[in-house]
Amino acid sequence: MAINKIGREVPAFIEGIGELKPYQGPFSVEPTKRRFGRKLSVITPKESKLLNNIEEAIKKTGLTDGMTISFHHHFREGDYIVNLVMDTIAKLGIKNITIAPSSLNGVHAPLIEHIKSGVISKIETSGLRGSLADAISKGILEYPVKIRSHGGRARAIESGDVKIDVAFLGVPACDEYGNANGHSGKSFCGSLGYAKVDAQFADQVVLITDNLVAYPNVPASIQQTDVDFVVQMDSIGDPKGIVSGATRYTKNPRELLIAKYAAEVIKESGYLVDGFSMQCGTGGASLAVARSIKQTMIERNIKASFALGGITGQFVEMLEEGLVGKLYDTQCFDLIAAQSIGQNPNHVEIDAGFYANPHNKGCAVNVLDIVILSALEVDTDFNVNVMTGSDGILRGASGGHCDTAAGSKLSIIVAPLIRGRIPTIVDQVNTVITPGETIDVVVTDRGIAVNPLRTDLIEKFSKTSLPLYTIDQLKEKAEEITGKPKAIEYGDKIVALVEYRDGTIIDVVRNVK
Amino acid sequence: MDIKKIAMAGTLESSDVSIVIEPNSGEGIEIELKSLVEKQFGEQIKEVVLRTLKELKVEKAIVKLQDKGALDCVIKARLQTAVLRAAEENTFNWGEED
Repeated sequence: MAINKIGREVPAFIEGIGELKPYQGPFSVEPTKRRFGRKLSVITPKESKLLNNIEEAIKKTGLTDGMTISFHHHFREGDYIVNLVMDTIAKLGIKNITIAPSSLNGVHAPLIEHIKSGVISKIETSGLRGSLADAISKGILEYPVKIRSHGGRARAIESGDVKIDVAFLGVPACDEYGNANGHSGKSFCGSLGYAKVDAQFADQVVLITDNLVAYPNVPASIQQTDVDFVVQMDSIGDPKGIVSGATRYTKNPRELLIAKYAAEVIKESGYLVDGFSMQCGTGGASLAVARSIKQTMIERNIKASFALGGITGQFVEMLEEGLVGKLYDTQCFDLIAAQSIGQNPNHVEIDAGFYANPHNKGCAVNVLDIVILSALEVDTDFNVNVMTGSDGILRGASGGHCDTAAGSKLSIIVAPLIRGRIPTIVDQVNTVITPGETIDVVVTDRGIAVNPLRTDLIEKFSKTSLPLYTIDQLKEKAEEITGKPKAIEYGDKIVALVEYRDGTIIDVVRNVK
Repeated sequence: MDIKKIAMAGTLESSDVSIVIEPNSGEGIEIELKSLVEKQFGEQIKEVVLRTLKELKVEKAIVKLQDKGALDCVIKARLQTAVLRAAEENTFNWGEED
């Protein structure tokens, strides 16, 4: 075991996984490898890529025991693909598979059976939720899950840290030669930003669609030159779980108060100038911040150059009103955003590598000014947990949290000081996803704390009426109300390794007793 | 105060607690706690229950709590109400409370 830069004990080696490097700071890793190149292949002029079903596709790819396969999570809770493919793999008697999806959701609970029967032996993902997450927290997997951020996953794939043998990618609109996008069809999801990375780097790519369209399907998010096979099916997802309607504005007075403070922080920060850029999470408070900022932008005649994300209908509205110049979109969060990306030329689909891979020639988060992020817990070193609940059980996603915090000029955490009787500000978070040195301001309903590293911001804010406290004072305010929570008792088994975006280990999650 | 019958107070709403108090045919106080935050606050919740019962001079009772993350002040208030209902007390000297 080694102690990393934020004082967490992390393993140096795990049998079956290999050597691990401890986290040493947000920009400490100098990459030395070359970009990974997939195997070359040939498809001759009269060859068809169209197959009848998933079983045929699995057989054609030659998938065997011990291989790595990948999926995207653009269909969220409506996804049929992961379960369908894994059921078929199990039926064919293939074992010991590593799955490396961009994320997993509650709908993927059936994977528990495939873990028990030895079909799945390793998982690499951004998120884990529901009963699958519970089972993993209890230690159902022999090897720890690797938790990666969106940028970290793109880095791992592009560098060959993860070698994908076969990518199984659900696509809402596709022609029979493999040009695909998410713009139309009953399963439309908008951006295919995560899937684009898999399509370019996997040795073999199988597209699965319920909407076969005439050739050529342009613009293509995934291109024919990357695709081996196309499978047509009746249904690849449940539209109700893929995109929900417009993201609603919160009426919760506590969230509105947090949003008011956060908007004030942004206004006083000096970053709200013409041509600025921003990204907002989808939490109630975070969306309300964007709304409040919008008002100030109109008053001060300020326009944003771009918004990044994770795009919601709210930003589409701002784009249409001319308040935002461009939308850079890896993932559409609601119906309005998903509809817009195929129609508005200024709503631009980007892949996860362009979004946040720290080891390319400069990703989008590097030029981001302001990001508003949520948190389950923040500790007095400003480290943030978005992965495990206060009970220590996995139930969240790393997402773009640490990527945007590291890249942006101003990273703001918005969270209530307490939830029920659980304090948000604690001595030590259960799991560190984002290191405190990349977090600038924590905004709660009971006060604001600025990272002491940001003396410039402290100086600016101290001239305002913002309710400023130290992070320790916020923690004490919380504990006065809730009492001091007893630390969670963990077992000895490491159930998840948390990779920082550069591939080092920032923390581990142990089994819950 | 004697617990004469089963009584309850509180709800299952978030940040509330539902408390049922019953006569105990055996000796002392028995607590059955189910809480969303049992791992973090289980002991603290039991302490509040015991302290509140002591203040009300309840020596024999079975207390069942279904806690949805209530703060100590909420747990205390709900328990006081449940006890008064179970003891068939209609008047209460609030001035005695500390």
